[in-house]
Amino acid sequence: MELVIALAIGVLTASGVWLILRPRTYQLVIGLALLSYAVNLFIFSMGRLRVNAPPILADGKHVDLSAYVDPVPQALVLTAIVISFATTALFLVILIVSRGLTGTDHVDGREPDR
Amino acid sequence: MRDGSLLLVLILLPFVGAVLAALLRPNARNTEAWLAGSVAGGGLLVTLFAYPQVSDGGVIRYVIPWIPSLGLSVTLRMDGFAWMFSLLITGIGLLVVLYARYYMSPQDPVARFYALLLTFMGAMLGVVLSGNLILLAVFWELTSIVSFLLIGYWHQNESARAGARMALTITGAGGLFLFLGLILLGRIAGTYDLDGVLKAGDVIRAHPLYSTVLVLVLAGALTKSAQFPFHFWLPNAMAAPTPVSAYLHSATMVKAGVFLLARFWPVLSGTPEWFTIVGIAGLSTLLLGAYFAIFQQDIKGLLAYSTISHLGLITALLSFGSPLAAVAAIFHMANHATFKASLFMAAGIIDHETGTRDMRKLSGLFRFMPYTATLAMVASAAMAGVPLLNGFLSKEMFFSEALEEHHETILDTIAPYVAVAAGAFAVAYSARFIYSVFFGPKPTDLPHMPHEPPRWMRFPVELLVVICVLVGVVPNLTIGPFLRSAVISVLGPDTPAYSLSVWHGVNLPLIMSIASILGGLALYWFLRRELKIDADGAPGMRGIDGQRVFERILVAVSWRGARIAESWLTTTRLQPQLRLVVALAVLAGAWAMAGSWHLVPPVNLHGLDPVLGALWAVGMVCSVAAAWSARDHRLSALILVGGTGLVTCMSFIWLSAPDLAVTQLLVEIVTTALILLGLRWLPKREGLPPRKLDLMARYRRGRDLLIAVLAGTGLAGLAYFAMLMPRPPSVGDYYLEHAYVDGGGTNVVNVILVDFRGFDTAFEIVVLAIVALSVFALLRRFRPAEDNLDRPFQQQEQDANDEVRRDREVGDTLKDYMLVPSVIMRWMFPAISLFAAYLFLRGHDLPGGGFAAGVTLAIGFLLQYLAGGARWVEERLRILPVRWIAVGLLFSIGTGLGAILFGYPYLTSWFQYVEIPFIGKMPAASVLVFDLGIFWLVVGAIVLVLVAIAHQSLRTRTRRSAAERQEAA
Repeated sequence: MELVIALAIGVLTASGVWLILRPRTYQLVIGLALLSYAVNLFIFSMGRLRVNAPPILADGKHVDLSAYVDPVPQALVLTAIVISFATTALFLVILIVSRGLTGTDHVDGREPDR
Repeated sequence: MRDGSLLLVLILLPFVGAVLAALLRPNARNTEAWLAGSVAGGGLLVTLFAYPQVSDGGVIRYVIPWIPSLGLSVTLRMDGFAWMFSLLITGIGLLVVLYARYYMSPQDPVARFYALLLTFMGAMLGVVLSGNLILLAVFWELTSIVSFLLIGYWHQNESARAGARMALTITGAGGLFLFLGLILLGRIAGTYDLDGVLKAGDVIRAHPLYSTVLVLVLAGALTKSAQFPFHFWLPNAMAAPTPVSAYLHSATMVKAGVFLLARFWPVLSGTPEWFTIVGIAGLSTLLLGAYFAIFQQDIKGLLAYSTISHLGLITALLSFGSPLAAVAAIFHMANHATFKASLFMAAGIIDHETGTRDMRKLSGLFRFMPYTATLAMVASAAMAGVPLLNGFLSKEMFFSEALEEHHETILDTIAPYVAVAAGAFAVAYSARFIYSVFFGPKPTDLPHMPHEPPRWMRFPVELLVVICVLVGVVPNLTIGPFLRSAVISVLGPDTPAYSLSVWHGVNLPLIMSIASILGGLALYWFLRRELKIDADGAPGMRGIDGQRVFERILVAVSWRGARIAESWLTTTRLQPQLRLVVALAVLAGAWAMAGSWHLVPPVNLHGLDPVLGALWAVGMVCSVAAAWSARDHRLSALILVGGTGLVTCMSFIWLSAPDLAVTQLLVEIVTTALILLGLRWLPKREGLPPRKLDLMARYRRGRDLLIAVLAGTGLAGLAYFAMLMPRPPSVGDYYLEHAYVDGGGTNVVNVILVDFRGFDTAFEIVVLAIVALSVFALLRRFRPAEDNLDRPFQQQEQDANDEVRRDREVGDTLKDYMLVPSVIMRWMFPAISLFAAYLFLRGHDLPGGGFAAGVTLAIGFLLQYLAGGARWVEERLRILPVRWIAVGLLFSIGTGLGAILFGYPYLTSWFQYVEIPFIGKMPAASVLVFDLGIFWLVVGAIVLVLVAIAHQSLRTRTRRSAAERQEAA
């Protein structure tokens, strides 16, 4: 289980990093999306992986700590999902606007002089 | 109210007033004046009420701890000295408000004016009442910023903008130095508390960093008080409305610098460094300011240079380091504020009633406004230091202190001569002001026919002049006790015996006074013809223009310097920057892990879950394929990313994180739809020949691939090893145990978000709101690129098809396109809304919550866009996204404030289960309201982004048809 998630984090990170180093704005947006999956999974995995232990209390007054997974990384990732949604939306719009303003979809706003 | 909450009232009153003033109509002159007047009057009353507690060295304190462990707290502190300043700030503030009511014209947006003026009043009170160094620095910067806004109030004038910018640059930069100096001071003294610092004088003076602290603090104080060589911003600040000049640039703000010098006088003064720096600055400012003032043609310019000179006098007094000189300095602060404010108001009256401030045009005004003229003459006499007026008393004290030997330096030896010369200059410019404006022949070409101002416009001048006379004649009965308590609070037990009486017998200071008065009158007599026709500015100094030097430095630093720095140190290209960031991150990670290889557990394959493995095999292929195809096949890349997202989502379900799965899935839908809407604006890729990779491109790709693989391997390894280690004790256990008992919910993640860490969530949704508004703002002026102006290819084909077939109108296919799905999508809307409500209500106990519910409802709207198109939805959209965002913010932040009303810390929650008929038992926690705010905001934000992006397609259509029409014509 751990190995699979670790591999997944690695592959997502590599794809994301490769994309954010590319010259096209769309590649950047897609790369950031992949990178944010990777980072979210990474933060999530810091709470350790467990099956069938969602942090939803069966009996709120007498809590058996061993029956539940650590809720803090989940709360962090929930926030991270929202923030990465916001940044993706913002980057998307910057992509649209910069394409309209500059006429190109290069990340620097102009085609490199080759 | 001995507990000091008086101070809190005093400081909050102006800020509350400012908010109210800003909300009024821009032209509500009378209401604004009444409001601002009551605020200033209220402040004055509170100040007067506080006097018994600060007389005889008493101190009022009020402390709100903020981060006690760092020594940060909101400490308000009033002693006699701060009291004197509070009196000046509120008292002169009240008079300025009254004066401004008549000065400002009906066309001026007075709401902004009064709001800023009141903000300034609050900031200035903050400076004098701060009992904590950091708080002091914050208020200090606030005065600079408000001063900038007030100088630039008539922002249509170029000179106002330039003057404002210069004032902000100089005083703001000085404020930054001061901030550094105060931090150092706090570190040396071991506390940021003002009382503690004032007690630590010996430690501070003996510290090796003393000179650094001194230079930094002086940089702040001398820039603010317009001391040489930073004086030139003040004359340029005269572009401000005259009430502002009277208030900020004579009575209060420029006094902040000398206030600070006096405040830290017990701590910093008495050393050779202090005497040298402060003494040179003070004496040269005193002399040069007075000299320049003689040759100004603008009345306000004359007064500005005179202010600079008088501030130099105060600085010079403080430099001497003797307690008696400090007494004189404090006395002169109060005196100067009264006569200079009245003179500025008189100058404003002259400007208002004649239309000019140029002394070459003005003359003989006495016959038109005898009353104002008399008042101005008395105030000018006080400025020149004529006996029986307040200016005389402090000037005498200055003369006698200049004569005293303090240090065996050349500066000390020349001080008396400088004093007499500057005194003579002061008499000369005062005489010039009086004579050239009020006497002489009738004026010839004035814009208006001069006459006396309205009764209540003159009143503030009258009152201040009466004070000047009273203080000058019977100082002991008027200012005596107040000055005493101010002096005691600065000097403490070192307070010397001093006498305020008018007549000390014939002594050297009196002879110096007489000499300077006679000399000044003679100087004016020689120069008077010259001055009437002369150009602006002092002879010999016209070439050296502080303003020009400043502008040149500014250009050099901000333009050329920036370009050089850019070419040497960095690049404007994004890719090298990102490459550097990623490479550094990889290196930092490798470095951190370098020493801990022995901790690595062996890789263990038997825990490999085949189903999860298969799932992620798909996920990883999707992700690599997305990376591969993102350049040329955008739609497939988007779909592939969606695939990865879905796999992530399923892993969350699998690994006990239902909340994450719900949120991820919903966000995934919205993101995909938004990107789909954006794809239309990108340049076309299909039909391009496959690019041949040259050697450089191959190298670049290889290098980036290497970096990517390294980053991926590193993160994967880190994650893997971390997951295999036993989990250390986590704060999560506390949350699990207390979620129900204290938070009233069984869904612990949700309770953490809306209750335990509610503050974080509040800020998080603020981010969302900011993003939505930025998107809206960015797209308002969007212009698509030329090759995107045509309809999408698919629509063109559909229309072409309609045109060919006889039984169809153009547009029919488009209309009928996806008919069945769109009917279903429309019908789905109520169901989705209900589902959103369900998610919202169960959120506290089961997966769901305000955010998920908000995104769900937004998806409902999104589907309508898919079904009906942008125009159809915009015609029917009943929600106002911007307003929903605002309401959501108010709700979630307001709930937190509600807790304060009941005496609990911010965002403390309250909960109870209630029985609702037909629905059942429902958790009704106050966080439900907080969550409702989140819900509202999320709906508003997403719909705003959606509308902003989707609307662009309508806009291109109108643009295109306009272009076509133009071509046809």
